[in-house]
Amino acid sequence: MGDFLTFMAVSLTTLLRGVPLTLQLALLSVVTGGILAFALAFMRLSNRVWLDYPARAYIFVFRGTPLLVQIYLIYYGLGQFTGLRASFLWPFLREAYWCAMLALALNTAAYSAEVVRGGLLSVPSGQIEAARSCGMSHWLTFRRITLPLALRQMLPGYSNEIILMVKSTALASTITVMEVTGLAAKLISQSYRPVEVFVCAGAIYLVINFAVARGFTLLERRFSPERQRPHVQPNQIEESRV
Amino acid sequence: MKPVMMIAAAMAVATALPLHAEEKVLRIATEGAYAPWNFTGPDGKLKGFEIDLAEDLCKRMEVKREIVAQAWDGIIPSLTAGKYDAIMAGMSVTPEREKVIAFSKPYAAGINVLAVAPDSPLADLPGTGETWSLTSQSDQAQKRLDEIRPLLDGKVIGVQGSTTASAFMENTFGDSVELREYKTAEEHNFDLMNSRLDAVLANATVLAEALTKPDMAGAKVTGPMLSGGIFGVIGVGLRKDDSELKQKFDEAVGAAVKDGTVSALSEKWFKVDISPRD
Repeated sequence: MGDFLTFMAVSLTTLLRGVPLTLQLALLSVVTGGILAFALAFMRLSNRVWLDYPARAYIFVFRGTPLLVQIYLIYYGLGQFTGLRASFLWPFLREAYWCAMLALALNTAAYSAEVVRGGLLSVPSGQIEAARSCGMSHWLTFRRITLPLALRQMLPGYSNEIILMVKSTALASTITVMEVTGLAAKLISQSYRPVEVFVCAGAIYLVINFAVARGFTLLERRFSPERQRPHVQPNQIEESRV
Repeated sequence: MKPVMMIAAAMAVATALPLHAEEKVLRIATEGAYAPWNFTGPDGKLKGFEIDLAEDLCKRMEVKREIVAQAWDGIIPSLTAGKYDAIMAGMSVTPEREKVIAFSKPYAAGINVLAVAPDSPLADLPGTGETWSLTSQSDQAQKRLDEIRPLLDGKVIGVQGSTTASAFMENTFGDSVELREYKTAEEHNFDLMNSRLDAVLANATVLAEALTKPDMAGAKVTGPMLSGGIFGVIGVGLRKDDSELKQKFDEAVGAAVKDGTVSALSEKWFKVDISPRD
């Protein structure tokens, strides 16, 4: 038992050194992917074929193929082109870290684009028409009415996507990135004790994702002020919105 | 299926079982990505030195064999978990591994060497073409390693994770080189040719095979071939409590080494005899 606990402590301290890298990968790819997702969603909703179809194709490809395959294609595949190796992109693509970040960002963009599109479509047209009839411009309507309502609708779906991304960073270990899972694999190769090490690794992801889930719950509350004041009558809310 | 037929089928299975039990099936794990030791051929079948040797050993032990491919980094835990009975995957006998599993008598010696991409400044490192044992010729080996150390300073070196090559690099050059660990030797060879790596350290027989492939044209072996010490010898990995199987393997391996079967297979697959010498 003493040996078990000491080894658990050793595992935990070793794996915790990978947490900054895991968080960095997740954060950077979620932010980059999020920006790209908005662009893709607007392309999908633009009603212009030359914008809509490229976005559709992108989403189809990146949702339809495994992330692991995308990581391998970007890391090992792109390196095969001599022209690329001579280009200004190579200092980035040479590094496993940037390849992993790129693959994660491109992948999450495809999934998030559909979440964003769903959120934007869920805003009732009556609310938009009301805003327009009050004299708001397209942009003002979007900023004041569509976006806040859409964000609220997106949150539950988007929190799923971020939690999936945190877990997907584990795949970066397959291309030599030493994040939590990479360090776990290394520790197992030295100790041959997979159970203890993987339990620790799992616990670390659990804690990170617990924080993410809690964060989103708080955000959802913030975006739904009426839920915090149950004593307010529904008709009063309607009045305050007008 | 009608009830009568089901009963008939059940009886058929029941009567067939004792017949099968007489012929014990030995499950042997290999990696399947470590040519020419063990690899998957174009037809999807496992091939290589260890596949041939396993066949010979099982004949000597009079058991039926089943060879399965298993990813390297889970190969020991899966043995202790009972997913198979033995490992033949170019696995060196090391003190760390011996804490967890048992090994049969060795059937090969482990020799490791560095390799670099074409036009690398690291080609022709001191000691190229020489072979030194870290055990019996440690002075000469150490002298060469000391000459190589400053040349490798700050370089990115690829190794397969959980191997004696990775342990050796970490112990010997750990603070001066940047070490990258890969799942398979094929993957670090890819990155060597992609110029992501300055050099790789791997088993000499595996590198010799890889260097004959067109996609590694121009890559070179550099520095001394190293044997003994941490690279040690290669044996069949077995569960510690499986002493009966260990005894059988010891006898079979001992006989195969003695009558020249191992040397012949080694010459066939590696073009060089790496059978263990006492």
